[in-house]
Amino acid sequence: MLKVSKLKKVYDGGVQALENVSFEVPKGQFLAVIGLSGSGKSTLLRCINRLIEPTEGKIIFDGEDVTAASEDELRHIRRKIGMVFQHFNLVQRSSVLTNVLAGRLGYVNPVWSLFNRFPASDLEKAMRELDRVGIADKAKYRADELSGGQQQRVGIARAMMQEPHLVLADEPVASLDPVLAHSIMQYLEKINKEDGVTVLCSLHFLDLVHRYADRVIALNQGQLVFDGLPQEINDEKFKEIYGRDAERVG
Amino acid sequence: MKNLRQIGKSALLGVAVLIALVIYAYGFKVTKVNLDETRSPRRQEQLVRILRALARPDLVTYDQEEYVVNAPVHVPCPAGGYEAPAPNTDEPYMIVTPACVEPGGTVVVKGFNFNPGTTGPLSFIPPSEVSLRMGNIQVGADGTFEIEAKVPKRESDENQYVRAITRKQVGGPKISQTAVDTWDKIVETVFLALLATTIGLLFAVPLSFFAARNLMKDVNSPLTVVALNLLAIPIGLYLGGRLAGWIGGLSQGIDSIVIMLLTVILGPVIAYFGLRWALPQEELTTPTLQTRVIRILGLAAVVFVAIFSLYMLSALAMRIGDALEIALGAAGFLGTFLADLGDILGMALAVITAFVGAGVLSGLAGRLGKFLVRGVQARTAKIVMIALAIISGAAIFILIMMGINWLYQFNKPELIYYWPGVLGALGGLFLGVRMKPRDPFPIGMVIYNLARTIFNALRSIEALIMVIVFVVWVGIGPFAGVLALSLHTVAALAKLYSEQVESILVGPLEAVTATGANRLQTIIYAVIPQIIPPYISFTMYRWDINVRMSTIIGFAGGGGIGFLLIQNINLLNYRAASAQMLAIALVVASMDYLSSALRERTV
Repeated sequence: MLKVSKLKKVYDGGVQALENVSFEVPKGQFLAVIGLSGSGKSTLLRCINRLIEPTEGKIIFDGEDVTAASEDELRHIRRKIGMVFQHFNLVQRSSVLTNVLAGRLGYVNPVWSLFNRFPASDLEKAMRELDRVGIADKAKYRADELSGGQQQRVGIARAMMQEPHLVLADEPVASLDPVLAHSIMQYLEKINKEDGVTVLCSLHFLDLVHRYADRVIALNQGQLVFDGLPQEINDEKFKEIYGRDAERVG
Repeated sequence: MKNLRQIGKSALLGVAVLIALVIYAYGFKVTKVNLDETRSPRRQEQLVRILRALARPDLVTYDQEEYVVNAPVHVPCPAGGYEAPAPNTDEPYMIVTPACVEPGGTVVVKGFNFNPGTTGPLSFIPPSEVSLRMGNIQVGADGTFEIEAKVPKRESDENQYVRAITRKQVGGPKISQTAVDTWDKIVETVFLALLATTIGLLFAVPLSFFAARNLMKDVNSPLTVVALNLLAIPIGLYLGGRLAGWIGGLSQGIDSIVIMLLTVILGPVIAYFGLRWALPQEELTTPTLQTRVIRILGLAAVVFVAIFSLYMLSALAMRIGDALEIALGAAGFLGTFLADLGDILGMALAVITAFVGAGVLSGLAGRLGKFLVRGVQARTAKIVMIALAIISGAAIFILIMMGINWLYQFNKPELIYYWPGVLGALGGLFLGVRMKPRDPFPIGMVIYNLARTIFNALRSIEALIMVIVFVVWVGIGPFAGVLALSLHTVAALAKLYSEQVESILVGPLEAVTATGANRLQTIIYAVIPQIIPPYISFTMYRWDINVRMSTIIGFAGGGGIGFLLIQNINLLNYRAASAQMLAIALVVASMDYLSSALRERTV
């Protein structure tokens, strides 16, 4: 359902973030993306919904060419791709409910949404999604009154409002403690297994990769250096991905 | 060697000190530093006088009782000499010695039984009853005074008089006329600042987004679309203005209050349901062409109904306002306000309709442009792009030149049409040849730089200077001050606001964009919640500044307390000026306190 071919991204300053990255993701897979900081994981995820404009290469999502899409087409593609961020990226001063409803912005009529008017069905859906991640009682709170773990759950609920076919998770647990990390990963697992949503998730910790991912791809300095099952990452592969001096932790 | 370097360093330092001395010496010269003046007794006396006047602001007065005491005197001495009649010693009286004197001679005037501590003028009264000042008397604690004074050269056979007038305060203190005037004007000043801040705020908020780099840098569209928009927007503005004029004319034909009321009540209801029908809240599939056309027609009807009922509202407000103005008596200003609001609504409607027209045509141009970029063959797209770039380049240059001609009136067709047209066309041709049809043209950055330049230019002109233009337009008074301060506030706030927009967190922006939201939605959902606290804070700050500015804007005729202040300074009425300065200080200090307290609460 997602096909990335020969993706290349060079930033304005000449920094090469991605080089000739190609891979394919079948529907319903939980794919982990690993690699050092600065290896291009975030760039890769953001190129898929063109938050970052790729320099070269092609991305096909659900049979549509993302890279060639016009602005209007791109917005229709984006609403089918949910995104979860490392720093949650909630609007701090808005209510939890408004943050979740923002996930519907690609669907609702722009004119009505300007006045914060959403259809009743969207309001119901927002409460359902919040209930699913266990914080329906916080709907009226301001986003910055929530703890980190709760904020990330709002982030997931917002992504799920889009009824996405694909969720891009950019290090969703990197700023959370290990216990919370597992609870957030379980929510992602749930939407992957129960709703059949394809998940593309960049991760730091290999034990999380082993526990949740169906498949792993690894980036090193913008290049794809591994593509296979989590179990296949042995010590030698590990050093190839993370560099000679790296030590395994956790 | 080391020594030598140190000597060199010292020499350099010495030269630097010398240069600094010369610079300061020159500074003394050009600023005309004059220490002799500061020591001159005459100047010091004046300084003391003004400081004492300033220390006694003219806030309270007392009712005064006047005592007039006359003493006869003869100028010149008659042949047989002159003896003044004995004064009534029960009352205040004066003795002039000698009782007759040659013109220009000196007499000694002694007063008795006067009110202790009073002061007043001593005058010479010739038969014509004019009062010729001889000096000031200062009554001592024992109720007497003695003064030596020259008699003016007024000769007469008759008795002439020396007259002393002393005043005594009676009753309690009363608020002086100056204090009343000052109060009136300081209220005017505060409201002047309030209005200017509000008007400035209304314009600055939307404009600030155009001057925010982080929002504008991603705004770009193909040259074809930009060129089409350049042509469509002025035409849209014109057509919208015409539409407003037409609907406004229609609404003026209606005179019945009942119909007005009905329209004002029913119009919004119809418009709301029309909108609900024409703009479904959520749409998962793209509608067919037929439904779209019907919806657009529906929308056009809604826009017509909305504008028409708003015009009716404006007319109604003016009608009711005028009636209330008479009926309410003292509170008649509420009626005037309502009528003015109606008037403002009427004027704003014309502008809004013009913008709606521009928006509609720009939207159509965007559609057409996208088709011309993507829906046709590459070669056709290129040719169309070059042609449009040439036409729009020529059009925009001619429009600019027409604006310049309006100012300078050189009225030569080759300067207004031919040369700018050719230059614009060449510019368009150059851009068109260089760019590919799908290349993004950074129109956002063009608008950003234009907005920045205009704001900076406006901000650099002090409101005190702007007011001169407005005084010519609307006359001397606070309204001119409101307009000048508003204009300055728009520029200043738009700049401050836009810098706040530039410093927002990008995370939420990214997240909302990723949901498929369009640009406007992104601004409403990700930008605005983040900028509300700094916007409130800057608005308060600006009100504070505006209060301070409006205290002096009267210097140039802009109303407010400055008008009174400069008048009193020019009349050397320092005690009144002092009252006004005191009022300014109190208002500015309390505004400062109030705004910081409010800011603390909201942020």
